[in-house]
Amino acid sequence: MLSDVLLIAGKDLRVELRSRIALNQVVPFALLVLVLFGVALDADSSTLATFTPGLYWVAVVLAALLAVHRSVSLEDGDGADEGLLMSGLHPASVFLGKAVALIAELLLLALVLLGGVLILYGAPVDDVTLLLLTTVAAVIGVGAAGTLYGALLSGQRARETILPILLLPVLAPVVIGASRAFGDAMGSVATDGWSWLLSLTGFAMLYLAVGSVAHGALMEEA
Amino acid sequence: MTHVGYLVAGWGSAFLIIGIYTWVLIQRGNRLAKRVPVEKQRWMSARDEAERIGDA
Amino acid sequence: MTTTQEAVETGRFDTATGSRTTRMLGWALSIGLIVLLWLAFIATDPDIRIDAASGDEIGQFDAVRLIYVHVPMAIVAYTAFTVTAIGSVMVLLRRSVWWDLVAGASAEIGAVASALTLITGSIWGRPIWNTYWRWDDVRLMTTLVLFMLALGYLAVRRLEGSAESRARRAAIVGILLVINSIIVNRSVEWWASQTLHQQSTITDAAIEDLTLFTFMYAIVFGLAGYVWLLIKGFRVAWLERQNERFGLVEALEQRRAEAERTDAVNAAVDTGTGDQS
Repeated sequence: MLSDVLLIAGKDLRVELRSRIALNQVVPFALLVLVLFGVALDADSSTLATFTPGLYWVAVVLAALLAVHRSVSLEDGDGADEGLLMSGLHPASVFLGKAVALIAELLLLALVLLGGVLILYGAPVDDVTLLLLTTVAAVIGVGAAGTLYGALLSGQRARETILPILLLPVLAPVVIGASRAFGDAMGSVATDGWSWLLSLTGFAMLYLAVGSVAHGALMEEA
Repeated sequence: MTHVGYLVAGWGSAFLIIGIYTWVLIQRGNRLAKRVPVEKQRWMSARDEAERIGDA
Repeated sequence: MTTTQEAVETGRFDTATGSRTTRMLGWALSIGLIVLLWLAFIATDPDIRIDAASGDEIGQFDAVRLIYVHVPMAIVAYTAFTVTAIGSVMVLLRRSVWWDLVAGASAEIGAVASALTLITGSIWGRPIWNTYWRWDDVRLMTTLVLFMLALGYLAVRRLEGSAESRARRAAIVGILLVINSIIVNRSVEWWASQTLHQQSTITDAAIEDLTLFTFMYAIVFGLAGYVWLLIKGFRVAWLERQNERFGLVEALEQRRAEAERTDAVNAAVDTGTGDQS
């Protein structure tokens, strides 16, 4: 089971290492979103510092849409999806494998963006542990939900346009929770960030579980 | 009566939107009924041929 | 189902989506609507109370009449999405065509009803809360996200692919509809931990008998309207499915007419009498 998961994750990450799509296109896109926020908000540093948590997570979620799209399109061409089906791997392993690869990419993205907001927006950091744990938990949630909804739309030409309307409402609770936790970690919101971290962890676990179960029904049909 | 504008807007939007939806739904049904053979138009009489999804 | 000929002879012809049941329900709803409007606008009094301390008139005044459309819409929306979720489970468990069509038709009504819940709620909120929208209100946010999730569900139903593949994908999204709206509800609850909504309007003893009756009547009326739309929607969805499978009547006739025209032209050309320009 674990080796199957790593096999699929390794496959996706190797493709990424060779194509560098996430690194060369998704990360710059996310940084551009941050810059646009800065320009749009009149580069007022106190405003930017106050709203850093929200702006940061909106940027991450928007960039995640592109990463999910990329992750699904790996299985699109040349009968790759039939290949996965024929491989005899358990659908849950395939799901978890793809999720792990996506989460790894998103984690890299999130860390680069975190550096971006700390430098560009000058956001203060009170609690580094909370900041990093929140990032990990939220990214796992985004990656798991993204992989599931991406798989739902595999092979669909209209995926670019449907994925956002399907996934963004689902990720709304992650944006709420992660922004609050970041707000606490950055000292801009008076809230208990650790309890938000707990609920983000719950979201991530739930979607990993639901995705593993649902992926069987999705692969069966192909 | 107070708040007349709000009442008109609230009830009016409900009537308007439900009305449009109902009208579109019935039009859709009428259009499709012209294309489907009469004996296949109703679930009650034609369902035996499609009891389960995938049994086309 | 009778054939067209029999139907005309017996005078019991079912239209595309109409039947005796829907016609009778439709008439009942028409009369019921008149009663509802009479109850909501004429029979019931506006919400005016006297503040004990200052002696001023307080309350919602006539804006309370918006509640008779807002609350039934909300109940219809949540009922509709519950039916969609149940239908989705049945699709995955039993590959049920019937439940698939019911789930789809119900979600459409749910989307309309939840949109109207938001619209009528905002219009009511403006005079009463002094704002169209509150970001920290649990029910507002849950309904909004549920509406957007429903749009996603309906988009999935329109995906390309076999009927089976679409039904399965839609069923998964349909079940997630419930899971997601619970998550949203919880997260907004933690976030806001306050709500502008009155918690127990219905059980509040201060509500007069007729107001309470109108309230209940409006809910029953809304649910009856939901049933009527659901029957109609199911029949349209079934026709859509049948059209995909057997909808060749029109296409075949067109093809035949085209072939006849071509034959006629060819014949004319062969005998040298046709217009060859």
